[in-house]
Amino acid sequence: MKLPTLREVGTEAKLLLIGIPVFIWTMVPIYHMFLFAISPKEDAFSGKLWPAHPTLHNFHIVFYQEHYFLRDFWIQFWNSVVIAVATGALTLLIATAAAFSISRLRVPGGRAVMNLALFTYFIPAAFLAVPMYRTMGNYGLLNNHWSLILAMVTIASPYAIWVLKQASDKLPVELDEAATMDGATTLQLFRLVYVPLMMPSLVAVGTYAILLAWNEYLYAFLLLSKDTDITLPVALGNFLAADDSPWELLMTTGFIYALPPAAIYYAFKRYMVGGLTAGAVKS
Amino acid sequence: MAITLSASDLPSPPLSARLTTPQVWGIVLLAPYILVFLAFVVYPVGYGLWLARHPESYVALYHDPIFARAAVNTLIFLVIGINFKMLVALFLSGFFVQSRSWIKWLSVLFILPWAVPSIPTILSVRFMLNPEWGVINQLIFKFTGDDGPNWLNDPTVALAMAIGVHIWKSLPFWTLILMTGRLAISHDLFEAADVDGASWWQKFRFITWPSMQMLYITCTLLSMIWTLGDFNSVYLLTGGGPADLTHVLSTLGIRYLRLDQLSLAMASIVCALPFVLPLVYFMMKRLSR
Repeated sequence: MKLPTLREVGTEAKLLLIGIPVFIWTMVPIYHMFLFAISPKEDAFSGKLWPAHPTLHNFHIVFYQEHYFLRDFWIQFWNSVVIAVATGALTLLIATAAAFSISRLRVPGGRAVMNLALFTYFIPAAFLAVPMYRTMGNYGLLNNHWSLILAMVTIASPYAIWVLKQASDKLPVELDEAATMDGATTLQLFRLVYVPLMMPSLVAVGTYAILLAWNEYLYAFLLLSKDTDITLPVALGNFLAADDSPWELLMTTGFIYALPPAAIYYAFKRYMVGGLTAGAVKS
Repeated sequence: MAITLSASDLPSPPLSARLTTPQVWGIVLLAPYILVFLAFVVYPVGYGLWLARHPESYVALYHDPIFARAAVNTLIFLVIGINFKMLVALFLSGFFVQSRSWIKWLSVLFILPWAVPSIPTILSVRFMLNPEWGVINQLIFKFTGDDGPNWLNDPTVALAMAIGVHIWKSLPFWTLILMTGRLAISHDLFEAADVDGASWWQKFRFITWPSMQMLYITCTLLSMIWTLGDFNSVYLLTGGGPADLTHVLSTLGIRYLRLDQLSLAMASIVCALPFVLPLVYFMMKRLSR
């Protein structure tokens, strides 16, 4: 084994000099949250790196809803799940149909629709929030889960259509021609040829929509207000309204809320990285 | 079916005659999105513009010091915050393409801020900055015996912190994108440069930057547009305070909505459109190719 040269040691040192601050910068807010979640109430503010008596008691309180702020925890968790899954499913349905129509069937005006969708994608979502709130009021959908689901579908589908269109433009035209030659109808072409071939992109788009809806705060807090209707992020925000809010429980709930999207992200990273990096910016 | 649908829907006979079964299906399959677009984009936007039609709203905005402050804050957020973030992302993308196993592991952790929802981590930062109980001031007290500053009570510091939270959240995403740009550059170029004895800066200046500048500029513009809609970083960290001095345009609309000044909420957004729409149009053109 040969000893590293001085130059190599210097390069490693420089890399570490970048890597260590990056690690600390990334982990501090997350570790701080985790520390609160496993600390008993009196330990939480000690400023130690590891609590003297780590405990899972906070998780127990959250799971058994043993605090005034947490009395609707499970129903709010369920609301988040329902809204995320419904957004994912609806976005997939609408976006796949639209991408198939624009890219494979070359429907007249498809390009214009794509451009309009892209236009919506780039308008900052917060700009649309106030008019969307009034619109949902006009439709009589306020405080109804459908208002949030539909708003999320509106925000998620432009990017979904774009990613799916890019992916389906790459499928050879000969496939469609061969299938049509064999007597496949348009619907059979969609179901038996298109959807199976598009699976990786569909997974990416579905995951994107689910994460978008699960993470949404602004629209959720505008459109839903009843304690038993709201989603977890809104409940977390409501904690702040009170002066005596129990931080350790808020951080525990936040930690539980953050786990599913992180798990989904890492599980589908393979698909996400392809879809996001290729999709978000074309150089 | 093709005949009945096209005859009733489309007035011009030459077009309807050319409609084939797949094209009818195309229209049917595109219809759900068009319906969503009409009901939840066209209608709200039109309604919003209609609400913002009164000239008095703009006069009121002009005289509202909070609006001017929010506009300045938004500019600081975009011009300083985003450019700083993108420079760091450009630098870190060069770090993360190094082939070391520990850097691979670090990159897995590094993506965490992007993978987790922003609300819990922003609240975590907010607690860290709490003047009495927050861990930062506890540490300051432990080591110096002095009380730390009341971080979020100073508008400049509070806005800087909000920018910091924004950078913390979105830096991994842009680093990842710029990494793919760096990885797409042919390795032969760097080897040739090494043979010629090029310095680190020369390699960046004459190989990396020319092949990445389009990507970098696109990313910066895109990040600026999206950051205009970053509501959470400001609202959940500072709530617009102290004394409404840290609002940005995205939180200002909600503030006016809360105060029941709907036309002001819409007018404040309309004021931003002349700056946003050209950027949006440029991005749309770039991506629809």
